[in-house]
Formats: sequence, C-alpha cells, structure tokens
Amino acid sequence: MNPRTGPGPGTAELHALSGAYALHALSGPERTAFERHVSACPPCAQEVRELTATAARLGGAVAVEPPPELRARVLRRITAVRQEPPRVPRQPPGPAGDVRAGSRRLPGLLLAACAAGLLLVSGVAVWQHREADQARRQAAETAAAQQEVMSVLAAPDARMTGGPLPGGGKGTVVVSSSADRAVFLASGLPQPPDGMVYQLWFDDAGTMRPAGLLQPEHDGGTEAMLMDGALGRAAGMGITVEPAGGSREPSSEPLAVLPFPAPAA
Amino acid sequence: MSEPVYLTRAPHASGPALEESLARAAQGDQQAFARVYDAVAGQVLGVVRAVLRDPAQSEEVAQEVLVEVWRTAARFRPDRGSAMAWVMTIAHRRAVDRVRSAQAASDRERRAAVLDHAPAFDEVTEQVEHRLEREQVRRCLQGLTERQRQSVTLAYYRGLTHREVAQLLQLPLGTVKTRLRDGLIRLRDCLGVTA
Repeated sequence: MNPRTGPGPGTAELHALSGAYALHALSGPERTAFERHVSACPPCAQEVRELTATAARLGGAVAVEPPPELRARVLRRITAVRQEPPRVPRQPPGPAGDVRAGSRRLPGLLLAACAAGLLLVSGVAVWQHREADQARRQAAETAAAQQEVMSVLAAPDARMTGGPLPGGGKGTVVVSSSADRAVFLASGLPQPPDGMVYQLWFDDAGTMRPAGLLQPEHDGGTEAMLMDGALGRAAGMGITVEPAGGSREPSSEPLAVLPFPAPAA
Repeated sequence: MSEPVYLTRAPHASGPALEESLARAAQGDQQAFARVYDAVAGQVLGVVRAVLRDPAQSEEVAQEVLVEVWRTAARFRPDRGSAMAWVMTIAHRRAVDRVRSAQAASDRERRAAVLDHAPAFDEVTEQVEHRLEREQVRRCLQGLTERQRQSVTLAYYRGLTHREVAQLLQLPLGTVKTRLRDGLIRLRDCLGVTA
C-alpha cells in the first residue's frame, strides 16, 4: 500500500479527523466522508460540537471593529432577502445541519454496514466457545475485515451502485479506487439452495475473477462483505450461485451483473 | 469600573441574549437581527479578515456571512451549540471557501508566502471584552505544544487544508490530523468550552 495516496481512511482514522473537520481543513469529499461517519457515531458528534465551538473561540480572538457602513449595508440588504422557513425535522440532520440531498443515501448505507458489523461481532461471540487461539485469530481477522469494509465505504472516492436481485433481496456494491477494494452489501438475500453458495466475481473486461463466497447468515439480514482481491481495472461485478466451496469460473448464469459507476471526473 | 474581571467565560459565552435575538430574527424580526449583528459582526469580520487578509474582500465576505445568518437563522439549533459558535462556523467556512476558490492560480506563491505572515493577532480591536477574549485564547494557545499550535493556527487563521499544512510543515498527514485534534482538545479544556 502506498502510504501517501493510501487506502481510504478507516473508522479510527476518520475519527481522528474531528479536529481537521472543526477547523474546516478537509477537502469537500473528505468532509462528506467524515460527516457520514459522524452521522452514525453519536460520541463523535459530541466531540465535533465541542471542537467546533473551540474553533469558534479562535475566531473570537481576532475580532476587529467593523466599519459603521457595514452595519448599514447589512441591515439594508436583509430587508430584500427572503428567509428560509423553519424546517420541520424529518430525520436527524447531519452534523453540519446541511446534508445535501445527494449524500442522503450513504448514512443509511453506513448504518447497514454497522448492522452487518454487529452480525460479525455476534459471530465472534460464538467463536469464543471454540479453541481460544483460533477465536482470537478469527476475531482479529474479523475486526480487520470490518475495518477494511468501513474504510472502503468511507473513502472520499467511494462510488456505489446497486439494485434488486432477481431471486429477492437487494445488492449494492461500493468501490473505491484509492482503497483499490470493493465492498458488496446484500440485504434480504434468500438462503441459497442446499449445497450451494453465492459467489462474487470481479468483471475484468469480460473475464470473471473470483472475489469470494457469500453465505447469508439468515434470510433478510444485511451483510457487508469485502470482496476478495484488488479492484484493479474491474469494470463491474457479478454474483452467481455455485456449488459449496465455490468455482474457479462461473458455472451458471449470473444472478446479477453490476457495472461499476465511472469515477468522478 | 473596578469590578473584578473573570476570565473563565468568554464574553460571547454569556449568550442567552444572543440566542434569543437570533430566534426572533428567524421569525423576521429585523430589530432583533440588528442586535445579532452588534453581537457578532466584529468577530465575523475578524475571522474573515484573518483568513483573507484583503480588507475590501473581507468586508464583502463578512457581509455575505451576516446576510446568510439572517437568511438561515431558522436553521440554528440551540441544542447543538451556542449561537456565536454557529455564526463563527459559517464565517470561517465562507472565508475558507473564498480563499480556496481564489487560490488555484496562485497556489504556489500562496504556500510560499503563508508562513511569512505575522500572526493574526496584531490588527485586532482594543475593545475590552475582545481583548480579554484574545488574551485568554492566546494564553491557551501558549499551552499547546509548538507543533500543535503551528498546525492549528495555520489551519484556522490561514485557512489551509490539513494536506496543505502537512506539505508546508513537511509532515505525514496522519501526524497533522493528530496534532489538529489534540491541539483543539487541549484548547477546549483550557478554554472550558462545553457544547
């Protein structure tokens, strides 16, 4: 991994951005990613409030005497400016209070990922009945995978696409070129037939590259899965039903093929 | 006046009056907005000028900020912080947006020049309450490590992004992130900021 351009920030790293955020020292996409993070993290929201108030005090320390004309101009100007009506809260707004319409979908996505994280965590509890070493190793792997999942979802250049799957449920894929990874989110995915599994694929110019097996924990839940392997130049992804253990190449028509959205210019 | 002066609270932190005026302004009360103006204009212009430097442009942006406060007053949510913090957040963000949109062409020169600027504390009003606030903030800034202070002031008073701060100080980005956060946390504790 290149430490400079690096993968997208993980949650811990995102959390560390609270200072930069309060100082308006993030670029647009970074700010959006951070706001997404905060909207799913109440303790972070509290810290952001405090640090924003602290930054405001820095501003207070450089007060100047405004010229009287400014007062006259502003008070004259407002008589011709229509005020925004009070907003009836429909949903908890983002930390800056001005979440734009286009970014509304992602907090939900992040929550879905958090829910998937909970599933993984409860899986860890089960593992702890097993041999301790193994459980620890798996827990560490799970935590690392979750971290990776979050870093892709929160990457400044994260792009998403998705839609209903023909067998039921919904598939969403989030890709980040900077992280060079993709995350597949499935909700409401039915159990595959006995002895079969879902398999994900990267579409490398028509060649399907295996990207991991997906076994829904139970019907109807939401799962986030870090797709195996680098995003590379993949133009899209597919999902098929394969015999248990997976296949080297798709043995059936894909349930769905999702072309990745083009990177923002 | 020989009243003792207590420095524990900033002048603007005694703000229920400001919150009240802002709430009234949100309902279209222009006189109430004039009171809001009187409470915040000096600080708004101050922070905009600290970031932009150019006096004429600063006044223009300050005016935009104050009109935005009028226009969006209904958005203010008292449960999320003080009215002053809300206004100052708008002011700083506007100033930073302006400096970043203007900088594209003269990027290099700006980076080179930015460290040469004197700290922004020089051109400020001598009004007593502002002076006290300034001294308290300055004292608390002195309580940061040199490196925290440098990062925080470059970001806030110069409007640099954390990437620019990292480049300017030749530091890894992660280090700058940490310094900005740790520095603000220390300031928060020193200033007794609650939100």
